[in-house]
Amino acid sequence: MDEVRLIEVKEEILADNVKVAAEVRERLRKTKTMLLNLMSSPGSGKTSLILQTIAKLKDNLRLGVIEADIESKVDAEKVAAQGISAVQLRTGGFCHLDATMVTQGIEALPVKDLDIIIIENVGNLVCPAEFDTGAHKNVMILSVPEGDDKPLKYPLMFSICDVLLVNKIDYLSLSNFDMSALRKRVLALNPGITIIEVSCVTGSGIEDWTNWLKREVDIFKQSK
Amino acid sequence: MHELPVTESILKIVIKHAEKNNVRQVVAINLQIGKLSDLEDEWIQRYFDYLSKGTLAEGARLKIERMPIMMQCSNCSTSYETEASNLGELVCPACGGKNIALVSGREYYIKDMEVQ
Repeated sequence: MDEVRLIEVKEEILADNVKVAAEVRERLRKTKTMLLNLMSSPGSGKTSLILQTIAKLKDNLRLGVIEADIESKVDAEKVAAQGISAVQLRTGGFCHLDATMVTQGIEALPVKDLDIIIIENVGNLVCPAEFDTGAHKNVMILSVPEGDDKPLKYPLMFSICDVLLVNKIDYLSLSNFDMSALRKRVLALNPGITIIEVSCVTGSGIEDWTNWLKREVDIFKQSK
Repeated sequence: MHELPVTESILKIVIKHAEKNNVRQVVAINLQIGKLSDLEDEWIQRYFDYLSKGTLAEGARLKIERMPIMMQCSNCSTSYETEASNLGELVCPACGGKNIALVSGREYYIKDMEVQ
């Protein structure tokens, strides 16, 4: 038997993705196109929020959308029907997007003519939190029916986001969802996060969200 | 949940080092994975066994060291370890401050490997 010896490796397993993500960020910085990664559970309202955002901002900002819904073209078709550049990635059962997949999406969009690209990530609160997509801003949606305990179950997702949108607040009166407990839990994980309460059905709070987005795009465009 | 792409990356890195070092057989791979990372040891081994068939790493054991979740208080700089289940209700044990940042616990790292 050969003797067993030890070889030092000392490598980050996800280093390839981190490198591609940094390239995506740099490339879009040159064209002054902000990339926003939108994450949530399935059914919490990502597509509805994107449609509301388009309706409010399409006269002020040039938007593009990268859709990553599993084996479906429904979402990209809804978005394209608004006259917005949209590309559908077939993630084929993958649980998240990585930076290489996002690169393919970017290559299919007229990036130079866009102010912002929104990625609709795969509906999942676990995996997308671990893979850098190359986005400049990370935003998540938690909807009221999912419950106020989610920061305790998915701490990583809540800790990496710049904005938390609490959607379906029109359901609040029907549930025991505790908004102040949620805020306390989220801020404990991520003191710098912006929390905005919205309803894609009544339109409540949507303007607070689009104002945040407009301001961030302005800041992004002015930065070097 | 995403054991497959992670396992592919591990195999790629391991084979690269095995070839560079004229290894006949990789026996074990020592990984450091943060407690905040969602990976199941059993599944990562199963995927690895499948992907590594016919390579220098076929049959290698993955030995996973779970790295603690370390927090640091932004007020008094005290560092301490916590569990994922406590993350939503953190208070600094030294000063009672609530402004606490994650220092580590998200590692995906290959430390070294045992080879013949």
